[in-house]
Amino acid sequence: MSAKDYSLLGPDGAEAVESGLAAAQWYHSDIPRKEMKALMKREDGPAIRDTLILFCLMIVFVVGAIALWPSPWSIPLWLCYGVLYGSAMDSRWHECGHGTAFRTAWMNDLVYQIAAFMMVRNPVTWRWSHARHHTDTIIVGRDPEIVAMRPPKLFRILANLVGLADAWAGWSRMLLNASGRLHPEEVTFIPASEQAKAIRVARVWLAIYLATIALALWLGSILPLMVVGLPRLYGAWHHVLTGVLQHAGLAENVTDHRLNSRTVYMNPVSRFLYWNMNYHIEHHMFPMVPYHRLPALHAKIKHDLPAPSPSIWAAYCEVIPAVLRQLRYEDFFIKRELPDSARPYREDLHQVAI
Amino acid sequence: MTEWIDACAKDDIDPEDLIRFDHQGRSFAIYRSPDDAFYCTDGLCTHEQVHLADGLVMDHVIECPKHNGQFDYRSGEALRAPVCENLNTYTVKMEGERIWILI
Ligand code: FES
Repeated sequence: MSAKDYSLLGPDGAEAVESGLAAAQWYHSDIPRKEMKALMKREDGPAIRDTLILFCLMIVFVVGAIALWPSPWSIPLWLCYGVLYGSAMDSRWHECGHGTAFRTAWMNDLVYQIAAFMMVRNPVTWRWSHARHHTDTIIVGRDPEIVAMRPPKLFRILANLVGLADAWAGWSRMLLNASGRLHPEEVTFIPASEQAKAIRVARVWLAIYLATIALALWLGSILPLMVVGLPRLYGAWHHVLTGVLQHAGLAENVTDHRLNSRTVYMNPVSRFLYWNMNYHIEHHMFPMVPYHRLPALHAKIKHDLPAPSPSIWAAYCEVIPAVLRQLRYEDFFIKRELPDSARPYREDLHQVAI
Repeated sequence: MTEWIDACAKDDIDPEDLIRFDHQGRSFAIYRSPDDAFYCTDGLCTHEQVHLADGLVMDHVIECPKHNGQFDYRSGEALRAPVCENLNTYTVKMEGERIWILI
């Protein structure tokens, strides 16, 4: 089989549109409307609590790290600050982008803007790219957020543990957008009416980075960049560690999230950093359910889902051999088994996936 | 040419909720607001063709189940990306326990 073209401008994307794989109807587990309404219900309390904890911890760590700078004793504090900046903000960007974290719209928007800046994801561009990820999850040539392609770009994934690929891409895109231009791929998913906003945000960000760099030059120290910008690199590892598990090694081009997404049980610290996105099949099937109700949603539909991976370690024991195999056989993928209690998936989806 | 259509009974819709109503190949959404007023819009989101009936009503806002775009269902106004285009709205009247829509 010929190599797949993951770009949004290539033949695979066009083929997906032609065959009806794009913007298709996806499988949903059955949940009575009343129960679904209770699961979707919004409240501010849990996200206010978690956001206060997050920002207070960031302040404590960064103030301590600055106080101890440049002593090596500051290193653990930078690492803690970094993981909150370069990893926890990934899930805050995600949840607030969906608008489900808080009930109050301005709270979602404020945290979304802050998190998008820290993750170097243009809040306009990425809102649209993430919408596409939900419409066409892991559909080749349509989904702009496929992390583990086939064959997997392992070097890129490893480099992203310290943010090298994604953050650099984000900063280069910021420069491009700040110059008043969009990448041709961005034009395919950002409506014309929104494009000017993406450029405006990039210019504001550029001003913030220039001010930070100017301060660093004036002080003759990288300290300001340790606080703003660099944590996206030295704190990125956790969001990559958890994010890779969302879809890696599973089927492509199937319209059933049970076949292309992975739910993983995780420790409480990772769940706090990741805001429960370890319940990833559940999130994709029902993106209206806020992060704090995903465990309840999981309990209601787990009879209809593949068995979750019992830990991050167990999930990697499945993912690593699969992606290594995909280096040599790019048609290989993990075929999900469903429990007897589940509604069967359409077998033909896996045929198409090959 | 518009006409009044008998769409559903009042009690078919829970307070702060909506139902889907299909008529002659068209799909509509009929809402019951928390203050017990009834409204009608097109049934499909203007972003992608997704039925709003699986979405969430919060006060006077309907949130689409696919990408969480939001509309004010009284005016049809698009409130939150990724929806940019407003929804069509339709006049509603009550006759006894029945809800009629003008389409
Ligand atoms: S389909 Fe409704 S917001 Fe995308």
